Amino acid sequence: MNTRSFKGWLYLIPAIAFLGVFVVYPLFDVFIYSFEEGYNSASQTYFGIGTYNYSYVLRDPYFIQALKNTFILVVITVPLSTLLALAISVALSSIQKLKELYQTIYFLPYVTNTLAVGLVFMILFQKTPYSDGFVNQIIMAFGGNAVDFIDGPYWAKMTVMCIYTIWVVLPFKILILTSALASVNPDYYKAARVDGTSSWRIFYRITLPMISPMIFYLVITGFIGAFKAYGDVVGIFGTNLNAAGMNTIVGYVYDMLYGNSGGYPSYASAAALVLFVIVLTITCINLLVQRRSVQTS
Amino acid sequence: MSDVSKDLEQGRSFERAAKVRRVLTYIFLSIWALVVLFPFYWMVLTSIKTYSSYNGEYVPLLYATDPTMQNYTDAFTAVPLARYFMNTVVFTVITTALMLVVIVLAAFAFSRLDFAGRDLLFTVFLSLMMIPNELVIITNFVTITDLGLRNTFTGLILPSVTSVFYIYLLKENFDQIPDELYKAAKVDGTSDFKYLMRVMIPICKPTIITVLLLKVIECWNSYVWPRLITDNQLYFLVSNGIQEIRENGFGRENIPAMMAAVVVISIPLIVLFLIFRKKIMEGVSRGGTKG
Amino acid sequence: MKIVLEHVSKRYPNRNRKVGGVFTAVDDFNLTIPDGKLIGLLGPSGCGKSTTLNMICGLETPTEGKIWFGDTDVTNLSPELRGVGMVFQSYALYPHMTVQENIMFPLGNLKGEDKLSKEEMLRRVKHAASLVQIEELLERKPSEMSGGQQQRVAIARALVKTPKVLLLDEPLSNLDARLRLSTREEIRRIQRETGITTIFVTHDQEEAMSICDEIVVMEAGFIRQVGRPQDVYDEPENLFVSKFLGTPPINVFDAEVQDGRLLIGDAVMFDVPGVPNGPVVAAVRPEGFIVDNKGPLVCGLDLVERMGRDKSVVATHPKLTSARQIRAIIDSDVHVDSHVDTVRFALRRPKTRLFDVQTGERVHFPGEEVVREYQRQKKATS
Repeated sequence: MNTRSFKGWLYLIPAIAFLGVFVVYPLFDVFIYSFEEGYNSASQTYFGIGTYNYSYVLRDPYFIQALKNTFILVVITVPLSTLLALAISVALSSIQKLKELYQTIYFLPYVTNTLAVGLVFMILFQKTPYSDGFVNQIIMAFGGNAVDFIDGPYWAKMTVMCIYTIWVVLPFKILILTSALASVNPDYYKAARVDGTSSWRIFYRITLPMISPMIFYLVITGFIGAFKAYGDVVGIFGTNLNAAGMNTIVGYVYDMLYGNSGGYPSYASAAALVLFVIVLTITCINLLVQRRSVQTS
Repeated sequence: MSDVSKDLEQGRSFERAAKVRRVLTYIFLSIWALVVLFPFYWMVLTSIKTYSSYNGEYVPLLYATDPTMQNYTDAFTAVPLARYFMNTVVFTVITTALMLVVIVLAAFAFSRLDFAGRDLLFTVFLSLMMIPNELVIITNFVTITDLGLRNTFTGLILPSVTSVFYIYLLKENFDQIPDELYKAAKVDGTSDFKYLMRVMIPICKPTIITVLLLKVIECWNSYVWPRLITDNQLYFLVSNGIQEIRENGFGRENIPAMMAAVVVISIPLIVLFLIFRKKIMEGVSRGGTKG
Repeated sequence: MKIVLEHVSKRYPNRNRKVGGVFTAVDDFNLTIPDGKLIGLLGPSGCGKSTTLNMICGLETPTEGKIWFGDTDVTNLSPELRGVGMVFQSYALYPHMTVQENIMFPLGNLKGEDKLSKEEMLRRVKHAASLVQIEELLERKPSEMSGGQQQRVAIARALVKTPKVLLLDEPLSNLDARLRLSTREEIRRIQRETGITTIFVTHDQEEAMSICDEIVVMEAGFIRQVGRPQDVYDEPENLFVSKFLGTPPINVFDAEVQDGRLLIGDAVMFDVPGVPNGPVVAAVRPEGFIVDNKGPLVCGLDLVERMGRDKSVVATHPKLTSARQIRAIIDSDVHVDSHVDTVRFALRRPKTRLFDVQTGERVHFPGEEVVREYQRQKKATS
């Protein structure tokens, strides 16, 4: 190896070392863990090799619950948040005054600690013996009945979870869509206006196709992000998610690894790989759909 | 004549429709702004309510009757909030600094140095971007535990030091510096390292600052890894701290004090954001993924 | 500093992987550059002139051959040890540094014994800046200056180390036409003042002709001719050089030699005794045409352009191969009837050059010599 090559590798040593130890090695290791049956982290021994860890995880009611929660969360929040972000971005790009102020405000949730603000959402939605909470007051003002969103029925808890998730993911989506909208050449709009095109038609036939790659990008990242939901959920329901019936797949992985019921890296690995396969599948489907729709349009 | 007045009439009604639409747009935008801001208002508001008045309000009031700073004193005395805060500062500063060294060197090697296997290695790096954290965190947890690094800053920091994405971002930026600048520096006998420090880094300062800001945000909000790797309060970061306060906090359900703690840990990033608003938003739109 | 290139070749792996093999940028290059002269490396893009410059500079090492600076073999020496200054096409000024910092930058790299005091550095920067007349701009950033000013800063930065050799890579190509004229004079002046051996690369023959002591014409990695600009223009050694130099370009005809006479088509131009029979390429400079009612070259007349000092006659001839039309330059007081369809020319021998059809090499014939005033005097006295 000549000196020049040597120098190149020298500069890369830190990056390679860190990535090797904390990304590449674990990547192989997680597969091995997931097939080692009866692994004991204290003695670092296992009985044999097989798929027992997978069948255990897939039959674990907590995992089924986590899977169900995650899917509901994904199916509700991804379309809703994308549509809402689109509406807000379109509204934002149609105004001049106060635009920057609105943009700044909308971005705030991105830079806040999701666990901290999760607490605020909790007290806004919580029903305690002392108070029905702020949200319930509003519901009651409209003639509804107070619900305990934090410790109450499943659908109520899921509602809070979805609302908070949307609140958290919107800044990124608004930001991306606003810049996508801003990058559409205004000449297209002028040309369409000259031809007497209605604004709805302009939006549907010009704006939307032009920014569709960005929308697809947001949908894919949205799917991936929502499948990995965890921090926001902890923010609202606390760390004992299994007890609350609000666990997510990622939460299940961490609980298996460490925590009240922890100490099972093999189960955790199997669950993580199941998650990985799901995310990969969804991403591939998304990409296929995108390719098809690009071809047909 | 009548045609003209008809046109005028039509024009006026168009104008009116446009005005109505503009008003509706502002109303819509303002509602969402309110939804975003309200939790922030609520946390500040609750944090200055006294314990008794908060618990006494069956219908929560939208203002504080007798504002107090007592909750902030409690947040710093009854729970080790200052400790969590300092831990997070130390963690953020060291992680970000180390990351900067690692990614600048790597991006420089990929962008400027020519060596055997460079392109292949870069492809491998890029493909590592697709590996989700959830997949590798299990082994990292075991590794750090085996090394006896639980409840240490070393254990907290090490796995967060590299980011392939930031290497990629910086490399792209380095690539934009014209080749001739490097040649000119070579003719003048500038060493590679000096060229990196004196020319490339100053020119790419905007990108480096963006990367720094994004990393600081990431560090400040990190929760999962610190939760796995620390169970000693002495090493809690703010995210774990706030969870700890929530679950075992003030000995009783002291929401106002809890909110005071939430305000305290939220302020640094909000201030950072308000100062570097443009840079952060630009950086996130180029490479953020949260969402 | 005398520079000698000895059998220098540079080969790269072919960029197109599918084709494979190697691409030869510079092929067996032999050249001696005398001390203190301004030399132009001239050629179309891709001819290897920049590669040659980079090898002299030390940014690239030759695949084969040696490079000598005086008595020192510098072939494998890195640039900073060769004592060269280089000005790049884009100037390569560091955008984040002021002019002063830019010019001082090379001095900051000196180590050990060569290390300079801050005052000495400043003095040298001032000197270099005054040489290119930019003393007032020292505090500016490159982005706040015009292209011409940036160019001067780049030259000052190259000169500040008092190099033994100054290298300029297409130094004028990023300037507009007017600046180009004044800047090339400026480069000439600086070169004269400093006496530094200077090599500059250009694809613009006019640029090279106007200021160089000697030009090196290159094509596809080979040297085609080396010499003083006027000599190369008057006595091209091959068809490529004759076509590459001169604006408007030389007019090339398919011609034939029969029994010692030069024919274009069926018309006899003049006698070329001693030239063997067969096809030949005849190239005529624009100033080689004489409008003559009895001239042998009968051409279709397209246009007569008056350009003040002289006239340009645009015409066609079936045997012309270099372009669609002939361009002849004649004195403005010669009358040309522009209302007729044809014009007849006679050719000047000293402005007509013959080349071999296959090799493109020069074919000499008697009476072709350019007889210049000083040569005539020389002959008379000897």
